[in-house]
Amino acid sequence: MATTVVGQETHAAGAAYGEKTGLWSWLTTVDHKRIGILYGTTAFCFFLLGGLEALLIRFQLVKANNTLVSPDFYNQLFTMHGTTMIFLAIMPLSAMFFNFMIPLMIGARDVAFPRLNAFSYWVFLLGGLFLNVSFLFGAAPNQGWFGYANLTSRQYSPGPNVDFWLMGLQILGVASLAAAVNFFVTIMNLRAPGMKLMRMPMFCWMSFITQVLLLLAFPVITVALIMLMFDRFFGTHFFVPSGGGDPILWQHLFWIFGHPEVYILIMPAFGIISEILPVFSRKPLFGYAAMVFSGVFIAFIGFGVWSHHMFSTGMGPIADTFFALATMLIAIPTGVKIFNWIGTIWGGSIQYKTPMYFALAFIAMFIMGGLSGVMHAVAPHDLQQTDTYFVVAHFHYVMFGGSIFALTAGAYYWWPKMFGRMLDERLGKIHFWLMFIGFNVTFFPMHFLGLLGQPRRTYTYQAGLGFDWLNQLETVGAVILFFAFLTFLINVIKTWRRPATAPADPWNGATLEWSLPSPPQEWNFAEVPVVHSRDPLWERKRERGGPLPEPLRVSGQGIHLPAPSFWPAVAAVGVMGLFLGIMLSPKVGPWAIFVGVSVLFFGVFNWIFEPSYTSIPGVGGRPRAGHH
Amino acid sequence: MSDHAHALETSTGLDSRKLAIWTFIGSECMFFASLISTYVVYRNKSLVGPFPHEAWVSPAGQHFEPIIEIPLVTAGTAVLLFSSFFVVLALYGAQRGNRKMMIGWLGATILCGFFFIGMQVYEFTHFVHKGLTLQTNLFGASFFTLTGFHGTHVTIGVIWLITMFILALRGQLPPENSINLEMAALYWHFVDVVWVVIFPVVYLMK
Repeated sequence: MATTVVGQETHAAGAAYGEKTGLWSWLTTVDHKRIGILYGTTAFCFFLLGGLEALLIRFQLVKANNTLVSPDFYNQLFTMHGTTMIFLAIMPLSAMFFNFMIPLMIGARDVAFPRLNAFSYWVFLLGGLFLNVSFLFGAAPNQGWFGYANLTSRQYSPGPNVDFWLMGLQILGVASLAAAVNFFVTIMNLRAPGMKLMRMPMFCWMSFITQVLLLLAFPVITVALIMLMFDRFFGTHFFVPSGGGDPILWQHLFWIFGHPEVYILIMPAFGIISEILPVFSRKPLFGYAAMVFSGVFIAFIGFGVWSHHMFSTGMGPIADTFFALATMLIAIPTGVKIFNWIGTIWGGSIQYKTPMYFALAFIAMFIMGGLSGVMHAVAPHDLQQTDTYFVVAHFHYVMFGGSIFALTAGAYYWWPKMFGRMLDERLGKIHFWLMFIGFNVTFFPMHFLGLLGQPRRTYTYQAGLGFDWLNQLETVGAVILFFAFLTFLINVIKTWRRPATAPADPWNGATLEWSLPSPPQEWNFAEVPVVHSRDPLWERKRERGGPLPEPLRVSGQGIHLPAPSFWPAVAAVGVMGLFLGIMLSPKVGPWAIFVGVSVLFFGVFNWIFEPSYTSIPGVGGRPRAGHH
Repeated sequence: MSDHAHALETSTGLDSRKLAIWTFIGSECMFFASLISTYVVYRNKSLVGPFPHEAWVSPAGQHFEPIIEIPLVTAGTAVLLFSSFFVVLALYGAQRGNRKMMIGWLGATILCGFFFIGMQVYEFTHFVHKGLTLQTNLFGASFFTLTGFHGTHVTIGVIWLITMFILALRGQLPPENSINLEMAALYWHFVDVVWVVIFPVVYLMK
């Protein structure tokens, strides 16, 4: 085992280990940073696909009695738009930041289970492809992303559309659960010395809460999907009224998952915003402890409000009252968060860089989404608004105005760290204004359309109802949004042609990831950092006066890194085979299931019994961080 | 399986793999909670018989037979509970380098697992024979789904324990690696504890 070495040998070891390229290295990578990039790239492709589906929906609705797409294809479009954006875009885009940033921010060398991490990604990719390959058969899911019984029963959905949806979600559930266990343990166990829970960066805290939500919410939809699967394939009657089954049970199970899922989508956004605002305001985060506990509180109540999605099912006044009050209660910790963000900006010396633009827009847009959410919590009000475009407006203000704005802010903020290149500021600002204007032009009129009575998921509408011009306006907004993301793509391509010259710490950051070169070496920290405060990097800069940190401890140990492995990908294929088998005919299906399970076990056994670490001799000692 | 994994310090002082198993078990609690709730909601909502604990009218409508055989399931439950005790003894042996003790009790645990699976296979075929299937009614559907998924977990546990048994036979489970067995044992205890909930809810609740 090597001891402290500096300089040339460090470089040589890096060249020997870290700079492998080519397809095989990506297939076998277990480096959390590369897996993060895989997540990001894949999720962004799915995001564009989901955006394209949205654009088609908007073109269909641009005029009354339009027949641009067929009614059935329209059903497929809105179902896949919702499913894609939730499961294949926002969640994995958050996972990109979990993967790339959490180990760096808590001072860890990798996640707790690097190969399980790779497994999660490959399962996610295959699950996403599984869902979308249905388009090629003209049988994409067409029942809505919530899969309400008994629209999803064999009787009303005889084709394979719903099968693709339920198997696809099961596959994605495996990926989410594996990732959640991994990041839960990573955050609990791999924090650098001195990084107590109450010193963790807020992004790590909010991610931690997200993992807990994932762990507790996903098994519930797994069970619901299993029962739906049994109904469709084995003739049970869980959700079939003619056999005594209750369609409302589906809604309960689905929303016990579905409501926490909303917080799974927004919690990482809270975390990203809480990282960006202090850095660009030059002030520590205001009310750190209140931020942490309000997050925990939101997650906790988030499990007790699922039935506010079900006011119109006739649960009765007592249940309605309970869920209405519980829902309104969530506004309190959310308000605490928003006031703390404003408190963070208050009196700060604000730097208006692109990430800050998106972060500030997040606050404003999220407040709007939150307020229309409180309107829904009023049960009588909800009965008027439910299943109208008002609901569509609400959740797009929360999911797009919230999650997507925050994820975009995070992309601009962490891009230099991830790729070693600064994104262009001017194009970034153009991106921002196009997105901000396009977003509001698209989704604000939806409030009015909803109040006028335009139903959601509607294929078309009659002329003369007053819907026309608002729909046209929205379509214009959607086109502006298209150009916004085109600008982002241009920015990425333009930036990609430049050499990787981003400084280690372009924004004067407060957290540990900025103490590393951009992009960081494969082993992250040559020295394990020791943390004394909530803003370790600011503290070090203050103490030492210099722009970049010095190593605080020389460990004198060599570095162990997880060895590349292709078994996680093999195991992921096994998972795919298992669920594909259930969909296939009774003749082939059982064999496919058998092969799938065998491949899964084979992959898992091989990954457990192969040696899991390689040492990099000659790396260790002083970090290279300060020399770039 | 790397020995380096032990050397790494963790923030909580717990081994990461052990924490992962606990985390996974927490998640599994929600899985079984959903299945058990569904069973409780549906057990008496069937439109046609048989109902749990009621006499079952055969298709001819002539004679009555009870469906659930409490003595058999009680035996299976007892064996499963004893197996939790056995796996503790196996782990005790593993941690103290007593290979004979580890292998013996591990073998006993696995046999218990097989007994339980055998009990369930018998019970399932017996029920199907009597005319209760997944498709029969809500009771059948929620019964087979709940106990079937528990049985699947037992099966996975048995496969895991057999893997440990083979490692132990080959001498690849020294005391410093006993955490591997400990993880399997934790999972096994969980599967047992779930049955402790399922047994009264499904077989004893009136």
